[in-house]
Amino acid sequence: MEKFNTHTGLVVPLDIANVDTDQIIPKQFLQKTERVGFGVHLFHDSRYLDHAGTQVNPDFVINKPEYKGASILLAGENFGCGSSREHAPWALQEYGFKVIIASSFADIFYGNCINVGLLPIKLSEAEIEQLFKLSADTQLTLKVDLPNNLITCGELSFKFSLNEFQQYSLENGVDSVGWTLDKLDTIKAFEAKMPAWQ
Amino acid sequence: MTTTSPQTMYEKLWQNHLVEDAKGETPLLYVDRHLIHEVTSPQAFASLRFHNRPVRHPERTIATMDHNISTRSIKIDAAGEGAANQLRALAINCKDFGIELFDMGHKNQGIAHVIGPELGLTLPGTIIVCGDSHTATHGAFGALAFGIGTSEVEHVFATQTLRQNKAKTMKIEVKGHVGAGISAKDIILAIIGKTGSAGATGYVVEYCGEAIEALSMEERMTVCNMSIEFGAKAGLIAPDQTTFDYVEGKEYAPKGEVFAQAVVDWKNLKSDADATFDAVITLVAKDIKAQVTWGTNPGQVISVDGIVPSPEDFSDPVEKESCINALKYMDLTAGTKMTDIQVNKVFIGSCTNSRIEDLRAAAGVVQQYQGQQVVEGVDAIIVPGSYRVKEQAESEGLDKIFTDAGFEWRLPGCSMCLGMNDDVLEEGDRCASTSNRNFEGRQGRGSRTHLVSPEMAAAAAITGHFVDLNT
Repeated sequence: MEKFNTHTGLVVPLDIANVDTDQIIPKQFLQKTERVGFGVHLFHDSRYLDHAGTQVNPDFVINKPEYKGASILLAGENFGCGSSREHAPWALQEYGFKVIIASSFADIFYGNCINVGLLPIKLSEAEIEQLFKLSADTQLTLKVDLPNNLITCGELSFKFSLNEFQQYSLENGVDSVGWTLDKLDTIKAFEAKMPAWQ
Repeated sequence: MTTTSPQTMYEKLWQNHLVEDAKGETPLLYVDRHLIHEVTSPQAFASLRFHNRPVRHPERTIATMDHNISTRSIKIDAAGEGAANQLRALAINCKDFGIELFDMGHKNQGIAHVIGPELGLTLPGTIIVCGDSHTATHGAFGALAFGIGTSEVEHVFATQTLRQNKAKTMKIEVKGHVGAGISAKDIILAIIGKTGSAGATGYVVEYCGEAIEALSMEERMTVCNMSIEFGAKAGLIAPDQTTFDYVEGKEYAPKGEVFAQAVVDWKNLKSDADATFDAVITLVAKDIKAQVTWGTNPGQVISVDGIVPSPEDFSDPVEKESCINALKYMDLTAGTKMTDIQVNKVFIGSCTNSRIEDLRAAAGVVQQYQGQQVVEGVDAIIVPGSYRVKEQAESEGLDKIFTDAGFEWRLPGCSMCLGMNDDVLEEGDRCASTSNRNFEGRQGRGSRTHLVSPEMAAAAAITGHFVDLNT
C-alpha cells in the first residue's frame, strides 16, 4: 500500500445522501479477477446516459468541466452503504480520488477504504454543509494533512481523527498481512486453547 | 476465570475471540469460519501468490459458486464469459490452495448464506466472515458474522484472523407476538423502517423479545440477513434449544461428546440479564403489518395497507430530499395506495428468502388462489437458495405447485437479487422481490424494486399488485 502523507487537491461536491456501492460501481463491472479496470465505470449509471457508457451525462457533477481533475470527493451522509465490495474504493481510487470527506460512512466501506489507502474523513454535519457551500460557489482546493489530522483551505481549517492504528497504517503504507504474520506465535497460542468444537 | 461485569452476547463473542489487544493496534480477532465465492476472492488469491503466502487453515474456508452463475444451466459459461472467468479462477484457486469447493451442480452448492447453516458450517459462538455484506445472516445462530472486503479476505486467508474495532451495542426488542400471516421479513422491514437505513451504523445489534424467540431458525436468518440494511455491522440472536436442535446432526457440525460440550458453552453466550447496551429500540409485535418498500433504500418502507408517502411527511431535509428522488426514480405518486401498485416482475429467492420455509410459504399463498395463474403481463421466477433446498422442495411437490401456476422454477444461485448473471430487470420494470436491496439500478439499470415477503411476492405474481393478505 502506498504511504499517505499530505494531499492537496480539487474538491468535487456530490451532495446526495446514502450513495450505495451499487451506485459507486454497478454489479456488471465486478466480473474481473484483477484489481484494475474499475475507474472508468465509477458511478456508471449517473455518469453515462446510456447503458454501454459511451455518452457522458453532462449534468452529473463529476463530469462538469470545473471539476475535472478533482481528487477529493465531498459526499453526503452514509456514503458507501450496501455491499462489502472493495471494488467501490478501487474504482474511486483508480478514477483519481485520494480522499473522501463525508459526515458519515457505512462501516464496511470505511474499513475497505483504509485497507486500500484511500483516506476517508468524517467531519461534522455543519462542517460538511460549509464545505458544500464553498465548493458550489468556487473551485475549492483543500490541503489534507494526515500526520497533523488537519484540512486547510486559506484561513479555514478542520480537524479530523482516525483510529490510531489506521492512521499509522496509512502514513506508513503498512502491509497489514505481513504485520499480523509477525505475530504468528500469539495466534498459535490462542489456537492451542480453543475448545474442540470451535 | 476472573469475574467480569455483566456482558452482552457481542462482548462475550469478542472476548472469546480476542487473540491480541496490543497498545496502538486495532484488536486482532480469531476467525473460525471463512466462506468465499467467485466475485470477491480472486484478487485476494492473486495477492497471496504475489507474496508467496499460503492459506493458513484451508480447512476453515469453504468455497461456493453463487453470485455469477446461471439459474438456467449448470454449465460454467452459461452466464457469459466474464462470469465463467471468475468461476474458473475460483476452481483453480481452491485447488491450488487446498480449499473445499462446491462447484457447479455439486449437491452442496448454493448461496453461501444458505449452505453455511444447512450444512452445519455455521455454529453458535463462532466468528464467521465472507466477502459479502449479507454474512450477517449467520448471526441467527449467535455467531458474530459480518461482511468483509477483499483485502480482509486476504488477511483471513493468510492469518485466520482479522483486525476489528469494537462496535457499539444495540438491543432491538420485539415484544409480544406478531399477528397471523406476518413473516420474519415483515418484522425486519418494520425494524428498518423504524430505525432508518443508517440507524445502526457503528453498532452490532442483538434481536430479542418474544416475537424473535418464537421464530424458527430460517426465520431468524431472514431477520439477521438484513442487519446491514440499516447499517449494522452484524446482527445477533441468542442461541437456544431451537438453535441446538437445528444444528445437531448437520453434516459439518460437531458430533457426540464434542457437540454436547459445545451446547454447554453455547448456553453461556446469551447476554447477561443486567448487561447494558449503548442503544435500545423496542417494537410491539402486534402492531407490525405486512411491509412493502416504496423507495430506493430499505428504510423507505410502509405497511401494505398504507399509501405512498409525500416529501411533506418528512421533517428531516435529507429524508425529504431522498423521498423526492425516490418517488421520481420509482415513478410513484404520493398518496397512491400500496395495493394499487402494479408489478410486471416477481422474484422469489436470495439469501434473505430462498430457504425451504420461504418456498413453502409462497406455495401456500399460490394454493390459496385455487388454481389461478400468474397474471398476464407478469413474469415470476422462483430461485431456491441451494441444491438441498431445491431437492427438498421438489420432494414436497412445491415445484409443481409453482410451475402449474405459471411460475418459472430455476436452479439455485444469487440470481436477480443483484443481477450479476443474466437474471436482470429491464429499464422500467417493476419487481416484487424477496431480496434485500431496493437501491437504484440494483436489479438492472432503471429497474424498480419493491422488497416484500415470499407470501406477498406470490400474491403479487397472481394478482399483478400488492395484496393485504390479512384482511
